[in-house]
Amino acid sequence: MRIVIAEDSVLLRAGLTRLLADAGEEVVGTVDNADDLLTVVERHQPDLAVVDVRMPPTHTDDGLRAALQIRARWPRIGILVLSQYVEETYASELLADDTSGLGYLLKDRIADVSEFLEAVRRVGAGGTALDPEVVAQLLARSRRRDPLDRLSPREREVLGLMAEGRSNAAIARELVVSEGAVEKHISNIFMKLDLPPTENDHRRVLAVLRWLES
Amino acid sequence: MIRDLLRPWREASTWWTLTHLLLDVAVGTVAFTVVFALLVTSVVLLLTFPLAIPVAWLLVVSARALAQLERSRVGALLGVAVDDPVPPLAARTAWARLAERLRSGARWREVAYHLLALPRGLLTSIVAGAAWCGSAALLLLPLYVSSLPGGSAKFGLFEVSQGPGAALAALVGLSGLAVAAPWITLGLGRLDVATARWLLGPRPDAELGERLSRLETSRAAALDSAEAERRRIERDLHDGAQQRLVALAMGLGAAKERLETNPEEGRQLVAEAHEEAKAALREIRDLVRGIHPVILEDRGLDAALSALVARTPVPVDLRVEVTERPPAAVESAAYFVVAEALTNVTRHAHATRAAVTIARTADRLVLEVRDDGVGGADPDRGTGLHGLRDRVTALGGTMHLISPPGGPTTLLVELPCGS
Repeated sequence: MRIVIAEDSVLLRAGLTRLLADAGEEVVGTVDNADDLLTVVERHQPDLAVVDVRMPPTHTDDGLRAALQIRARWPRIGILVLSQYVEETYASELLADDTSGLGYLLKDRIADVSEFLEAVRRVGAGGTALDPEVVAQLLARSRRRDPLDRLSPREREVLGLMAEGRSNAAIARELVVSEGAVEKHISNIFMKLDLPPTENDHRRVLAVLRWLES
Repeated sequence: MIRDLLRPWREASTWWTLTHLLLDVAVGTVAFTVVFALLVTSVVLLLTFPLAIPVAWLLVVSARALAQLERSRVGALLGVAVDDPVPPLAARTAWARLAERLRSGARWREVAYHLLALPRGLLTSIVAGAAWCGSAALLLLPLYVSSLPGGSAKFGLFEVSQGPGAALAALVGLSGLAVAAPWITLGLGRLDVATARWLLGPRPDAELGERLSRLETSRAAALDSAEAERRRIERDLHDGAQQRLVALAMGLGAAKERLETNPEEGRQLVAEAHEEAKAALREIRDLVRGIHPVILEDRGLDAALSALVARTPVPVDLRVEVTERPPAAVESAAYFVVAEALTNVTRHAHATRAAVTIARTADRLVLEVRDDGVGGADPDRGTGLHGLRDRVTALGGTMHLISPPGGPTTLLVELPCGS
């Protein structure tokens, strides 16, 4: 997979480059500010851009805004946004109408290398990766508290993992149960929450998010 | 010339002023009676000191309430705004607040105003009443006299009979009504305004001194709370992240040794160090977010408070009605007040629900945090709320905590937005 990295911290940029190269991915460009990111993405047309939220020139949410521009101009390029903090507000802005090829993770998650690489590949392939903390905020904030109460604790866990963008197989691995059990939980969740059942991973995420935000 | 003389008749303010003057004696009687009685009682009770305290308290409090009433009466009827020079109370205990009241010159001038209110009220009400009623009586005199059987009436030394005498009286009465009474009314109104300004209004010199000392107090409090905040950050870093990094370095050192001799154990140590590093990251992130929430700067109160509420274990009903963003210092004070209040709700209140409401009016930000917990919160114990009160005061705002034992607890904060 061809990847562009935008990160203003030298240490983290070098670390990410090495980590991704070691995992067999091709880092075709690295930049340290939001303006250069657009130029490099336009030139290389990568499969994925890994973008830090806070970057020069203004050190506020430049990365986020660049990410939105990339999505608007080149929708097939996957974007993985990394941030020191994850906030549900930013996630909602990123996920405005489509969750395909989109990731939003806390920088800390890089420390769990294999999970991070899984997220990189998922987003690069058009899937979704949402940080568990964002999902927790969404679950806590959901105004439709009552139907959520109808879910069993296990089903809530499965719902959270679904919203992060995990596939059934990944959820089964995480919870150490069979894939069949996960499917059963999911069909229960869809039924209890009146969600239309869908197969594709990122469409499932979208359904869950829309429901949580409504 | 004649138009000018008759001018007061055409102006509504004359009639409002007259209303004010006629009310003077009634208001003055009440104010004088209350304040004089309380003043005399507290002076007499000074002999038995403790008993004088509640009376003195009642004296300053009722003088204050009556003074506020007078300021609004002068504003409404005479159309003159008299600014309130009495600074808000800053002291925290009831005793200190009483002492602060008794030391305040502005409050004693309010007492003096009420003591003067009765004689002044008698003067203004009677003179104004006499001017209007007397003139009217003179004007009607010819009618009265003509209705009498003898065609003349005797008033003490004067005897008025039909003809030139009565006509002269009527002329005097007419000019009194047309010119003298309105001008006397306006003149007495000036007297009322002057008295109110003198005793109820601000004194440039004295008030400046008082305001300066109040500013110094609040600045010192702000500095203190900044210092306390720095100490807290130092302690958190020292006890948390720093210790974790020490453990991490030790673990990695041990792992480096062990990898040569016992690779399996070495791997175990590296895994532990990895967990330690992640925990340190988490702690630093929480700490930094506590110092300066980035989302507040980027997206404002609604987004920042939503995130805060989402991290709170107790269910919170959040309502934010802030369309225009307040100044950064006000925004951040409001954020930290809510953060601290929700921390208290979680830690001490044993609440099952909480509600946060925050709204912006034209020039202020009003926020309320309620919970259904056990109550009994006291800002004088525990540093959290105490520091926040200093911060709110330094911005010129107010903070009230209502927390009876048994609950519920309500925290009310108002912050001026400058606009």
